[in-house]
Amino acid sequence: MTNIPETGRTPRVQIRLVMIQILVLSLLGTLGGRLWYLQIREGEAYAKEASGNHVQQVVDPAPRGSILDARGVALADNETRLVVSASRTELLKMKDDGKAVLTKLAGVLGMKPKEVMEKVRLCDAETPQPCWNGSPYQPIPITDEATAKQALQIRERAEDFPGITAEPQAVRRYAGPGGSNTAQVLGYLSPVTDEEITKAQDTDSPYLRSDQVGRSGLERQYDKALRGKAGVTRYEVDNLGRVIGEAEADPAQPGANLVTSIDARVQRVAEYELNEAMKEARKQWDRNTQEQYKADAGAVVVMEAKTGRVVAMASNPSYDPNAWVGGISAKDYKKLTGKSSNYPLLNRAIQGQAAPGSIFKVVSTAAAVQAGYDFDGRYNCSSAYSVGGQTFKNFESQNHGMINLGRALEVSCDTVYYSLAHNEWKKDGGINPKGKPKDYFYKAAHQFGLGKETGIDLPNEVTGRVPDRQWKQNYWKANKDAWCKTGKKDGDYVEQIAYENCLEGNKMRAGDEINYSIGQGDTLVTPIQMATIYAAISNGGTLYNPTVGKAIISADGKQVTEIKPKAHGKLPVSKQTLAQMDDALEGVATRGTAAWRFGGWPQDKIPMHAKTGTAEVYGKQTTSWFATYTKDYAIVMTISQGGTGSGASGPAVRNIYDALYGVSDDGTINKKNALLYQPQKKLPKIQADGSIDSPKVGKDPAKKQRALQEGTPENNGADGTQQGATVGTPTNENRDTRRRRQGRRRRPRRLT
Amino acid sequence: MTGANSFQVSGYGPERAGWTRLFARDSLARRLDWPILTAALALSLIGSVLVFSATRNRTEINQGDQYYFLLRHLLNTGIGFALMVGTIWLGHRTLRTAVPILYGVSVFLILLVLTPLGSTINGAHSWIKLPGGFSLQPSEFVKVTIILGMAMLLAARVDAGDKPYPDHRTVLQALGLAAVPMLIVLLMPDLGSVMVMVVIVLGVLLASGASNRWVLGLLSAGAIGGIAVWQLQILDEYQIARFAAFANPELDPAGVGYNTNQARIAIGSGGLTGAGLFHGSQTTGQFVPEQQTDFVFTVAGEELGFVGGGLIIFLLGILLWRACRIARETTELYGTIVAAGIVAWFAFQAFENIGMTLGIMPVTGLPLPFVSYGGSSMFAVWVAVGLLQSIRVQRPMSA
Repeated sequence: MTNIPETGRTPRVQIRLVMIQILVLSLLGTLGGRLWYLQIREGEAYAKEASGNHVQQVVDPAPRGSILDARGVALADNETRLVVSASRTELLKMKDDGKAVLTKLAGVLGMKPKEVMEKVRLCDAETPQPCWNGSPYQPIPITDEATAKQALQIRERAEDFPGITAEPQAVRRYAGPGGSNTAQVLGYLSPVTDEEITKAQDTDSPYLRSDQVGRSGLERQYDKALRGKAGVTRYEVDNLGRVIGEAEADPAQPGANLVTSIDARVQRVAEYELNEAMKEARKQWDRNTQEQYKADAGAVVVMEAKTGRVVAMASNPSYDPNAWVGGISAKDYKKLTGKSSNYPLLNRAIQGQAAPGSIFKVVSTAAAVQAGYDFDGRYNCSSAYSVGGQTFKNFESQNHGMINLGRALEVSCDTVYYSLAHNEWKKDGGINPKGKPKDYFYKAAHQFGLGKETGIDLPNEVTGRVPDRQWKQNYWKANKDAWCKTGKKDGDYVEQIAYENCLEGNKMRAGDEINYSIGQGDTLVTPIQMATIYAAISNGGTLYNPTVGKAIISADGKQVTEIKPKAHGKLPVSKQTLAQMDDALEGVATRGTAAWRFGGWPQDKIPMHAKTGTAEVYGKQTTSWFATYTKDYAIVMTISQGGTGSGASGPAVRNIYDALYGVSDDGTINKKNALLYQPQKKLPKIQADGSIDSPKVGKDPAKKQRALQEGTPENNGADGTQQGATVGTPTNENRDTRRRRQGRRRRPRRLT
Repeated sequence: MTGANSFQVSGYGPERAGWTRLFARDSLARRLDWPILTAALALSLIGSVLVFSATRNRTEINQGDQYYFLLRHLLNTGIGFALMVGTIWLGHRTLRTAVPILYGVSVFLILLVLTPLGSTINGAHSWIKLPGGFSLQPSEFVKVTIILGMAMLLAARVDAGDKPYPDHRTVLQALGLAAVPMLIVLLMPDLGSVMVMVVIVLGVLLASGASNRWVLGLLSAGAIGGIAVWQLQILDEYQIARFAAFANPELDPAGVGYNTNQARIAIGSGGLTGAGLFHGSQTTGQFVPEQQTDFVFTVAGEELGFVGGGLIIFLLGILLWRACRIARETTELYGTIVAAGIVAWFAFQAFENIGMTLGIMPVTGLPLPFVSYGGSSMFAVWVAVGLLQSIRVQRPMSA
């Protein structure tokens, strides 16, 4: 049609060319926009991804520090074992999810295929133990007890076992020197969880996927120090994993060693004696329940009186801490957590609580003096004390006439405390006090450190309970609905109690305060609390925070951080009262309720102080308490459903003292036999190469000690008394106090 | 033919006069399109640096010589430059007469690929291995011959002044001419090249002034063809997977989505100024496959950042802008069609190549003009630059 002369272009072509040009430029504009979006707007995110892409970490795990006893004997250290582990990611790549390989592996290891499969499954809410609660990307240990032959079989036929490795690894070992166990104090480890990794990510001690974390006891309390810091070397790598860039290395810092105040030998003796005492108690007939004592649990604490350091701490039932190493088996886990085993994971020395019974009377005595009663006053130790139609009987309805508070402690006279507590209750205004009641008896308990943690360096300590007005109010609020529903005025015992509680459970009744005054009723204490209190009486009144850890020493021995004893209070008694109580408690050991257990004790050389307690628990057999101290040590033992204080726990505590001081049955002291005549002061030496100077521990110090004590030629007569100790006559003097309600059976007790 | 003659300056005439003539008004040098030449050279040189960065550590392909690819890329650029000079010397009009021969040779070469002489690289059976480690990808040259052939047919009657626009018969002939090599390339299969050729055909038809019906018809035919290819499952599994990975790059980050993800990480991590030449961890770590060829843009993105990537896009923009101007300003339809075909070719190929590294286009095996390593592609694009220069040189400077 019409040619445009200049260019020879028709308008149609010209328009289309412009269209092409615009299109082309907009395409390039799109590229530029997208480039801006990726590089400028999202650039940071991609840069992060890129750095994750090309950096590989090689982790050099830090060896976990050892837990040592006071003399340097390893309670927990590491050993090299052949660990067979399976890579889940590799297994899942197989058609049958690796079942065939695992079955074959089970054959080599002599395990059941089911057992092996259970170990590699991942834990979730529905999966019971055993299961893997670590990272699914980390090799899962199947056994750490492979023999060299089994490891060879697996390694030589690697093609038959894809995803399976058999390598030597350092694993935790709880050596149990001298047959000691120390399970609950040491605690145990288990693999770190994803949650913990995320939580600790930005802290100064982040976890590695392969880390083991302390779950209880010292392993948990001192986890950070023990764990050290894993070495991480970062390599820049290419797409095939070949190293191309410089390495950025963070060398591993081995975990520090924890020196404890535990003495492995004393620990063994304590464990052994506790167990023997419980075994013995089970042979005894309980006339109240008409069956043998169950003695289902017990604990003993041996403490340095002047520092609060724990020399031995045993809890029974116990378990083998090595069961946790390399992943716990289903059977073991069930055993450790089941009711039938009575929860051996619990450290009853700090987590078991019970009514203290008469060992609480030191608190009541202090309270009475605070309230203005003269220590040397005359108080009526009648056979019974009546309040508003209720009769509270003295132990075995004994009548000691007018005695002072010291003698009341010695003979553990309940009625003296009943009347003092009742007087104070009346002074405070009775059931409906006007103004602010003084509550001397409750205040004293708080001042003695009851009702709260002692602050021991072990996790999950429980507080016990002081059943004061505040507690009663809270408790009533929480329970009154249930009480009011089940309570019947004329029902059985439980229903009557519920009825009473419904009406006035929020109020301090006379009976509450009277029961409380002898450590009964709703009072709860832990063995460690009582040990702290009796150690304080011994050391002049300082309540120390008990400690197990004594020092943290770096792996090369160069850095020593001592854990100094710390006090959390003073006993609320004057020096004079303390001295008087000290005398009275010595009297308990020489002529009072505990005297028959310390027959032949060299009292003039090592003054012994003691207090017995037998607490009642509704629906159960009595709890045995025995609290003792010398100038260096305090020992508190308790046995649940074990009988009386001196009866069940007495011999065991005596044997522990014998071992500590090297005292024979006849009362001679042989310091050569003494395990720890004086508390260990010096810290063990750790060499620069990490080796530890520690003495050897015999095969079984407990049995050896018994043999030593008995081995010395027998003296004339059972009461061998060259040492001049006063020996009370067992028959009548053995009196542990107990609360009496009217109409309950009388339980004559004769222990010989 | 004057332009061609005036280029042969030195040798006989006096030296001074030669230089004067070269830069005299209306001389060849004055009439050359310098921006295009500069942009093409700059892109090729930037390409050589990027190729070097991408290959200096790839010992498994660079035969132990870290400069292997750098030198070859420079050599290819040199040869390409020579081909451009040759093309200008011959002139696009001369080449017009040679179209039947060029067409015959290129069809023969792509047929040769289908015989056992051809070899497969990255799933595309589109290469001929030559002795001495060289290989030839004839489909690159087919792009040029399709442009020249179609332009010859479509422009013949119009330039002769018989008709304002090519008639239906001519269009049909031209389409037939393009269809034969396209079908052969499709059989290789080299889907990426076929896509480029379809766009070239579209550009050529648009510029020829062919009826709108043809343009729309071709577009719909392309759409239907695409659906048919999908439905009849002509595509290989790897091609479907690439499209799936394009739609969802997280689908299989270790498999087909890998390229796309790694490319995007490389570019994204570059930021404004990049990690610095030879300091890109993605590049050094060889996380991006085919980085010296199809994914060369990721090197620029990572090591030179937005500045470097933007520069490449800018240079391509200059080249295409000038090429469009050449298409608009030349007097003959033949020149217009050739220039428009080249614009369509370069624009689509650059958009597809950079777009796939940026994750806005599916992955196909297309080189980035001038920048990617590869002889055949380099030669073809330089010939195209020669054609553009020739069109510009031979148009009268003024009316």
